[in-house]
Amino acid sequence: MKDYEMVVGLEVHAELNTESKIYCNCRNAFGLEVNTQVCPICMGMPGTLPTLNEKVVEYAIKMGHALNCKINSVCKQDRKNYFYPDLPKAYQISQAEVPLCENGHLDIMVDGEEKTIGVTRIHIEEDAGKLLHDESFSGSLVDLNRCGVPLIEIVSEPDIRSSAEAKAYLDTIKSILQYINISDCKMQEGSIRCDVNVSVREKGAAEFGTRCEMKNVNSFSGAVRGIEYEAKRQIELLESGGKVIQETRRWDDAKGMSFTMRTKEDAQDYRYFPEPDLLTIVVDEEKIKALKASIPELPNKKVSRYVKQLGLSQIDATLIAEAVDKSKLFDECTALGKCSPKIISNWILADISKYSNDTGKSIIETPLTAQRLADLLAEVEKGSISNSAAKKVFEIILSDDKDPADIIKEQGLVQNSDTGFLEQLAKDILAENEKSVADYKNGKTNALGYLVGQCMKASKGKANPGIVKEIVTKMLTE
Amino acid sequence: MKLYEKTAFELSQMLKNKKCSAVELLGDVNERINNVEDKVGAYVTLNESAKSQAEAVDKAIADGREIHPLAGIPIGIKDNISTKGLRTTCSSKMLENYVPPFNATVAQKVADAGMVITGKMNMDEFAMGSSTETSYMHLTHNPHDTDCVPGGSSGGSAAAVAAGEAIVTLGSDTGGSIRQPAALCGVVGLKPTYGSVSRYGLVAFASSLDQIGPMGKSVKDVAMMQSLISGHDAMDATSKDIAYPDLLANLTDSAKGLKIGVPKEYFGEGIDDEEKQSVYNAIKLLEANGASIKEISLPSTEYAINTYYIIASAEASSNLARFDGVKYGYRAKDYDGLTDMYEKTRSEGFGDEVKRRIMLGTFVLSSGFYDAYYKKAKLVQRKISQEFSEAFSECDIIATPTVPSRAFKIGENIGDPLKMYYSDVCTVTVNIAGLPAVSMPCGKSSYKNMPLGMQFIADKFKEQTLLNAANAYENLVGGFDVISKAL
Repeated sequence: MKDYEMVVGLEVHAELNTESKIYCNCRNAFGLEVNTQVCPICMGMPGTLPTLNEKVVEYAIKMGHALNCKINSVCKQDRKNYFYPDLPKAYQISQAEVPLCENGHLDIMVDGEEKTIGVTRIHIEEDAGKLLHDESFSGSLVDLNRCGVPLIEIVSEPDIRSSAEAKAYLDTIKSILQYINISDCKMQEGSIRCDVNVSVREKGAAEFGTRCEMKNVNSFSGAVRGIEYEAKRQIELLESGGKVIQETRRWDDAKGMSFTMRTKEDAQDYRYFPEPDLLTIVVDEEKIKALKASIPELPNKKVSRYVKQLGLSQIDATLIAEAVDKSKLFDECTALGKCSPKIISNWILADISKYSNDTGKSIIETPLTAQRLADLLAEVEKGSISNSAAKKVFEIILSDDKDPADIIKEQGLVQNSDTGFLEQLAKDILAENEKSVADYKNGKTNALGYLVGQCMKASKGKANPGIVKEIVTKMLTE
Repeated sequence: MKLYEKTAFELSQMLKNKKCSAVELLGDVNERINNVEDKVGAYVTLNESAKSQAEAVDKAIADGREIHPLAGIPIGIKDNISTKGLRTTCSSKMLENYVPPFNATVAQKVADAGMVITGKMNMDEFAMGSSTETSYMHLTHNPHDTDCVPGGSSGGSAAAVAAGEAIVTLGSDTGGSIRQPAALCGVVGLKPTYGSVSRYGLVAFASSLDQIGPMGKSVKDVAMMQSLISGHDAMDATSKDIAYPDLLANLTDSAKGLKIGVPKEYFGEGIDDEEKQSVYNAIKLLEANGASIKEISLPSTEYAINTYYIIASAEASSNLARFDGVKYGYRAKDYDGLTDMYEKTRSEGFGDEVKRRIMLGTFVLSSGFYDAYYKKAKLVQRKISQEFSEAFSECDIIATPTVPSRAFKIGENIGDPLKMYYSDVCTVTVNIAGLPAVSMPCGKSSYKNMPLGMQFIADKFKEQTLLNAANAYENLVGGFDVISKAL
């Protein structure tokens, strides 16, 4: 078999979390009773007209800046015409020729390596409604609550070469949308969806192969599986002497297969033309600049910084950077400079993550401030309290909203590192445990752990375990 | 003189001075409707709550409350303007039973002013036509000769004013649909500047060209109406946010110093001699009274009809796609699946002319044809606008015939769409350029004294200049004799 590579481009649709819809004043909300978040405008009643929600333009420009795009300060909206019962006007207002943002790029990290994926364009458009099917009624019903929910479509260049890159691209897009807080990105609510374009070619070939577009990819894991399936299908087709036909395919996630939806010959003609009911969008250059200034450090940049400057692993760096609350706590905590990034990262990904998973609370909403966490971990690193004591302090911070220093004092958790005291303690314990000492000397080295444990027990957990271990080891080998 | 024969301006004074009541006025108009509507057919739906609206105005007057000058004036509204709770059919089978849940912005303004809505006026289906013959409902007859068409698409609105079945009416004008029927029925009709009257609630035909406007017996009447309905509306993004003058308060009646441009392209082949001659006579009368005349040229006029039918049909094909049987309006009885439901609903629900334009519009927007037709038409549109702009650097208004000829016979052109389209030849350029224009009666035809029409065109948002010129002419001819004596 020849050596093939896949070429993938992605179109991500993300619903924006503006208060109201894109062309009317209806609430932009999910999960409410069918056909309650509607008005004559989003239901496409005769004679109604759209008026543009300017927040949508602002949100899309923010994403444009986040993806390093050129912002087209002058652009228009176009009608995409097609018939479907969930589209009450029988056209979707979108942007065809000139999108609001174009020519951008996104840095992603795959296996510790950075890679840049081109972003062709980002445009604004309206979402359609939903058809409802159920055994309790015949035919189809339509829920128009989602009509007019604002969307951005982010189209990538065909720069993706593996399903892992696709996954990293999608995860990065999602974390950025959440970071700049323009989309809820709730996959299960359909607030972020993607279409996938896949082709394959022999490695090193200059030309792209024939591509297939895959629709109905409702999850990122579905996208990864769909890409792998489609690349394999195309390679097998080529290897068996066949040809790939340009077509749109439907991904069936349950079956793990894709099926032909329509071929190029019966491709729909959307008859795009400029939307005459809306004026040309003209965005003030000052506003574009101000929106750029409002973009925080983005998760992909954070990953890079955490790995390169703070020495975290890519996995840990990604886990922290992609969660807004975790990275906020991490950044604030490291900025205090009281303890190492590594210990902060360990605590955030272990105890703190466990706490928020168990309680369902964001770590931002708890009494654990960055200052308190840094104070606590500094004590651990200094050796003045033990790890198990630190866990106790952590729990009390959360339950009683107190500072670690006070808790350590009240609970008497300060570790005893006084070598004179610890030597006397070790001497006493060794004297009481002659059998274990003999075992150790006969090569049963795990007796060391037992003896250290006894010292700890005798000190009621306050002895510094590191120093105790050193002393006991020294005494046993003397 | 019966009340229905009077102008809105006169009736406004009478109501204010308690010379008549709103209920009496409505009663007089209703009696006229009872007497002549069978012969005219101007209405699609009569408003059953008109009487209570009139009573409310009388009560306000009796209570000494301040009322709008147009309060109590009976008004008919074209049936493509949404009226809450009052059937709005667009004279189509598709919307035969459609009752809007909201008011168009203009309908709300009319209601807020205390005007009495007599009913909804017949029109060409979805405003597509020039004779009101494409109405699914019934024919409307020209009150001056009931064998003739009233023009269209606002045929019901024009005929009602000429027949005395309403004092004023609202129409809509996409390519001449107010001015052409105004000319054929011998009334005054104003097509305002694009963006001066909100389109919210007007069932769209061609969004970039449509504009609602008033029709009445005099320039003063349309001036009052235009001041009522114009103004910025946040619900219509294409509505212009500027200060709109009180047109009646600032109305003048002298032709002195008025610079009139006369474009030779509007007096060429295809325009009847009697039309040309009556407009020339009107211009000479204005010149004799202090106006100056300048011959101008608008060379791209010859491309206007083609440009218009491409742009208007393209937009219409998209605007009318929502009538699909899913949500409101007509749905075919028997169908097999979704596509069949769409096809049968639209085949049965739309008339021939509407289908013709949907097909034309779909074609010109199709991939592979878009650049050759739609894009090209938009370029010509820009050229036509530029030529008007240049013309207005040397004149205040442009005077032309409104129509190529007097009203034609019912059935005469309906089998020949291109001939029908040609009846808009003098009016479409105004919509293409987004300008304001008014049509007013201008002499009589040798055939049964049928009305002829003259059109004045002004630069964007120069409604005051436009109506001042029209008012000067109206004064020179001693007022327009609008009410038909043939009924």
